[in-house]
Amino acid sequence: MAAGVAAWLPFARAAAIGWMPVANLPMPVAPTEKNKRQDELIILNVSGRRFQTWRNTLDRYPDTLLGSSEKEFFYNEETKEYFFDRDPDVFRSVLNFYRTGKLHYPRYECISSYDEELAFFGIVPEIIGDCCYEEYKDRKRENAERLMDDQEDNKDAKLPNMTFRETMWRAFENPHTSTMALVFYYVTGFFIAVSVITNVVETVPCGSAPNQKEVPCGERYTVAFFCMDTACVMIFTVEYLMRLFAAPSRYRFMRSVMSIIDVVAILPYYIGLVMTDNEDVSGAFVTLRVFRVFRIFKFSRHSQGLRILGYTLKSCASELGFLLFSLTMAIIIFATVMFYAEKGSSSSKFTSIPASFWYTIVTMTTLGYGDMVPKTIAGKIFGSICSLSGVLVIALPVPVIVSNFSRIYHQNQRADKRRAQKVQKARLARIRISKTGSSSAFLHSKRNGLFNEALELTNSTEDEQRLSKSTSLLESQHHHLLHCLEKTTNHEFVDEQYYQQSYLEAGLQNYPSRSPSLSSQDGVTGTCCTRRSKKHHTPLPNASAPAHMQPLTHTHTHPQGLQELSTIHIQPLSTSRSSLNMRVDEPAPLNCQSSQITTAIISIPTPPVTTPEGDAHLPAGPTHQNVVKVSAL
Amino acid sequence: MDAKRVETISARVDAAVSSSDSVEDELELSAVRHRPEGLEQLEAQTRFSRKELQILYRGFKNECPSGVVNEETFKDIYSQFFPQGDASTYAHFLFNAFDTDHNGSVSFEDFVMGLSILLRGTVQEKLNWAFNLYDINKDGYITKEEMLDIMKAIYDMMGKCTYPVLKEETPRQHVEVFFQKMDKNKDGVVTIDEFIDCCQNDENIMRSMHLFENVL
Repeated sequence: MAAGVAAWLPFARAAAIGWMPVANLPMPVAPTEKNKRQDELIILNVSGRRFQTWRNTLDRYPDTLLGSSEKEFFYNEETKEYFFDRDPDVFRSVLNFYRTGKLHYPRYECISSYDEELAFFGIVPEIIGDCCYEEYKDRKRENAERLMDDQEDNKDAKLPNMTFRETMWRAFENPHTSTMALVFYYVTGFFIAVSVITNVVETVPCGSAPNQKEVPCGERYTVAFFCMDTACVMIFTVEYLMRLFAAPSRYRFMRSVMSIIDVVAILPYYIGLVMTDNEDVSGAFVTLRVFRVFRIFKFSRHSQGLRILGYTLKSCASELGFLLFSLTMAIIIFATVMFYAEKGSSSSKFTSIPASFWYTIVTMTTLGYGDMVPKTIAGKIFGSICSLSGVLVIALPVPVIVSNFSRIYHQNQRADKRRAQKVQKARLARIRISKTGSSSAFLHSKRNGLFNEALELTNSTEDEQRLSKSTSLLESQHHHLLHCLEKTTNHEFVDEQYYQQSYLEAGLQNYPSRSPSLSSQDGVTGTCCTRRSKKHHTPLPNASAPAHMQPLTHTHTHPQGLQELSTIHIQPLSTSRSSLNMRVDEPAPLNCQSSQITTAIISIPTPPVTTPEGDAHLPAGPTHQNVVKVSAL
Repeated sequence: MDAKRVETISARVDAAVSSSDSVEDELELSAVRHRPEGLEQLEAQTRFSRKELQILYRGFKNECPSGVVNEETFKDIYSQFFPQGDASTYAHFLFNAFDTDHNGSVSFEDFVMGLSILLRGTVQEKLNWAFNLYDINKDGYITKEEMLDIMKAIYDMMGKCTYPVLKEETPRQHVEVFFQKMDKNKDGVVTIDEFIDCCQNDENIMRSMHLFENVL
């Protein structure tokens, strides 16, 4: 619960009077303030600077140093003030947090000293307000990076217990870890370059003997080139196998892009080995050699920029797709038009619409080879329209792609921004948790509160002392308010998982008939039935419903061996005048329609609950109590 | 409650002259400040002691530095007490109940008068206040629709995760029970007399009226 509104708790409680006439159940007792003190000023002396505030202000956050009894350790008897030997400047922010409920981070403050002060006073940094949070996180990240850089400089020893496989993988992924890795990195790079150059040079026509026509070098020096090729492929194969061996998840490695490129790079060679002399497939074999050019993509392991480019293209897929689509549309339109426009002219190159595609593409991209030109007037007119529109169609999606690329590039440059976004999610999750913390605090203390009241019943004082948790008065008042709301609406607050659990459970169970109220007496508990069960209740013992009263007991053992409270759920069946075989498929097992109530279970503890007509008897005793209060309405 | 002084910093003349109204309106809103009447007057009008008024005002001013609460802030504050559900509808009704002069904002006087009734008033006054809360259109009768609205608002505060699971017709049933109890002459509306009568005869309600007396 936020601090500032702690002052409004009296108002919220007073407004609860609005529920009273509507409620059908009696309200729980309000928590009494046993030792109500008049609000007093307390003096906090922080390294000589005196701050003063109300005691209530500090009590708003009982889980911090100043809000709890921990500050008594710092109480100075002679001067009647609390003395802290800390930084007074940062203390300003800390005290303002109590006053306003918002924690601010001053820009001039060093991040580590601020963190230290917060830790000293028991304040979690996550609650820094949104106005200052980004700054705080930025500074924190810079600090962390600085620390990491320092660490990396000092770090040259390997982590002690890494298997050989892990070291190999680490060496492959990050060449700077060891000299062996670096050597390997450069060697493979060299061989990739050699392989690519070989492929290229193979096709260059070398000088030839005068009476022979020019042959490419590949055919002249077949053996040499073959040896080079073999050497490169050997290296690549070994590298691939080593990576495969070292990969932590081989399946995932084999599916990754880089490994596919590796395979594609070396496969043609092996296929070529297998089927050398077969004339029929030699044509196919030649095609396969084209794939050798993919070796150049192996460079992407060596170049960060290439990887970024690939990633950009992948992420701009939709824009590229749109570009392609719009171009295709335009090409088809203009090709059709040009074809029909040039149909009349003789010796026209526009023999068919697909043939016109070539003209359209060349014109739209403003290439203009000139191998196909329109000759008719109409053709020329449409041709000019085509070239003008080509500029437009291409010019429009391209800036989108360019901006995408630059955005991704900068994002990659500051890869930590991605880390920050994850942290933001974590922060929101933490804030959400702390918010739900207040509701779970209520549920938690409800359980404790029930135990407290049960103890009061049985007059065991020692246990009471043991159990009295130090919830602040504020909290207990807030919980009392929520309790009143529960009573008004006759429903209970439960936490997420219990709710889902009961939802599921109830869906699984089929309850037999609903009987109308045996006697709808207007007891104090007018309408529905409630079932109180403790938080950690064991799942419903599946009731095989006999034809009469069926108790379903839930027992719950408290670790300290206190009195157990269990609820008895009684469900009378059969003797019903109305439809016997009506199945109840509703979520909550005991949900009752207006005039068809069956049971009322009242669990013990609240003493002011003088439940209706049931006879209340409380068997005293140690564990395993069955407290039964039954009232059939 | 008549001596309310509202000071606006931006002069009305300027507002009339300047072009963009929305900016001026915003300036006006943010500059509206409200100073309550003096402590003695409030002491006389309410049943709070001087010290209690001081404590109340400090809390009030802390949350609303401008001195008045508008409905949004009111809803925000009230919602913080009920994290699991949606308290805004009920807060709306509460706001209308507190804002006795219906000017769209609750000043400290409104606030303290309301609290005085709720915490220190007689049972009659409290019931009167509750009736006023339920009677949304302030015509002196609580109809079933009005009651249904209120009931839904109350159930909304419970939120989703309740046990037993909240059903659609639960508020309606509750309203039926309420009317069965309160509407003596079965004319479909509850008047103030029926209401007070019935509540006074109901032990539980009587007892719960005294529940919050030691709140401050």
